[in-house]
Amino acid sequence: MSIDLCLISIILIPLAIAGLALIHQGLGRSRSAAHAMLATLCSLAIAAIVFTLIGSAWAGFPGGQAHTIHIAGKPIDWLGAEPFFATGLPSSLLHGPYAALTLAFGIFAVGLASLIPLSSGSDRWRLASICATSALFAAIIFPLFAHWVWSNGWLSQLTPLFGLPAFTDAGGAATIQVLGGLTALSVAWILGPRQGKYTDGTATAIPGHNIVHVLFGCILALIGWIGLDSAASILFYRASYPQVILTVINATLSASAGCLAAVITTQLRYRKPDASLSANGWIAGLVAGSAGCGLLSPLATIFIALVAGTLVTFLVETLELRLYIDDPGGAISVHLGAALWGVLAYALFAPSTNSRTALLLSQLTGIATLLGIMFPLIHITHRLLNKLIPFRIDADGDWQGMDIRELGAGAYPEFVVHADEFVPR
Amino acid sequence: MTLIGYLLMVSGWLLAIAALFLLTGLGQRLAFVIAALLVELLGLSLIAIRYRSLQRGPA
Repeated sequence: MSIDLCLISIILIPLAIAGLALIHQGLGRSRSAAHAMLATLCSLAIAAIVFTLIGSAWAGFPGGQAHTIHIAGKPIDWLGAEPFFATGLPSSLLHGPYAALTLAFGIFAVGLASLIPLSSGSDRWRLASICATSALFAAIIFPLFAHWVWSNGWLSQLTPLFGLPAFTDAGGAATIQVLGGLTALSVAWILGPRQGKYTDGTATAIPGHNIVHVLFGCILALIGWIGLDSAASILFYRASYPQVILTVINATLSASAGCLAAVITTQLRYRKPDASLSANGWIAGLVAGSAGCGLLSPLATIFIALVAGTLVTFLVETLELRLYIDDPGGAISVHLGAALWGVLAYALFAPSTNSRTALLLSQLTGIATLLGIMFPLIHITHRLLNKLIPFRIDADGDWQGMDIRELGAGAYPEFVVHADEFVPR
Repeated sequence: MTLIGYLLMVSGWLLAIAALFLLTGLGQRLAFVIAALLVELLGLSLIAIRYRSLQRGPA
């Protein structure tokens, strides 16, 4: 493993966080822009501290200590057993930097994943409950699944346990994106739509307030994603130097193909390309491509991203118009929908010596675990948390905007916002 | 309805895991895991339908 290359890759990940933050606040209302950025910082800060103190002990790292239970004579590694408060870190550094690099990666990975629900809860989610949700995510939800996939947990041990190839998540499509997307879905369901979004069962378009921020965020996200995919591949799949270079190529291709697919789809459907949906296509391509980054051919990556970019435009519409889910930033479609497709597509396109059916079975087992265990866990714990710290701002705050209501000052105090600016003339 | 949705999702996962433990044939396992995913999607759909009916209000 190249330590320098891994460290540089990890250092790039905050650019993905910055990119997502810009996208989220740009797709929200101007009256909640400062709140969205502060929520990003708070969420990241809480996730980093809680993950280091608690979550990293349960997430563990490959070769670390773990809790094991025996079912039908098979040892099931289900939870990490490292010391809490990262007290084992100084001694582990004596044996090499691997545990520390895994922790550094984990801090940024959990930070990135905890930002995803901010997009679906935009304009109505209180700061206190955002912090509580991030803490819950970093302490329990992320470490549990990250251990199963990346730290010799049972999903990565399908070969000795059941004679199947290991569940593969080279860039965090399942562990980061699907978990973040499932949390976004749960938050959107708990919060309900923004006031004025649905009138007599008809959806009203509430456009984002700064599409330039959104599109610039896409560029930042690409650089961060290259770091994210490369770091995860090096740490958990022992990616070689050529594979890391292929990861860089594939990440760029997947963003490009995802964006172009969304541009063409919206051009065909609405006669003009839609900038916000195209930005969603860019991120959807990155998300879908991260499942098999560095392991798939460029051609396969382009195909996967083209499907993801097209899929996301239909998903956004279906969620909003048919399921009444108000997701201002499209987080559920982009991070959940595209990531599930990416995880499945890896089984279809991976160059593997194993049987294709066996590979498909492994990936489907991972998806079944995400939907069958992780989503009920996420949704039930979030509903309980909502009883303790109500998620939703009161009705007045909904109209005033989160900036004035929770922070006492707006993001753009010199601008006058007209209430009727979107009324057709 | 939401509770039934949760139960169906967890049941689907248990079905998938049981298939891995109890069956040996690749085709049989795949069929059971796909069936398990369908059960999970049914559970998710129930939660989504419940949410949608709450948002639309009484007909």
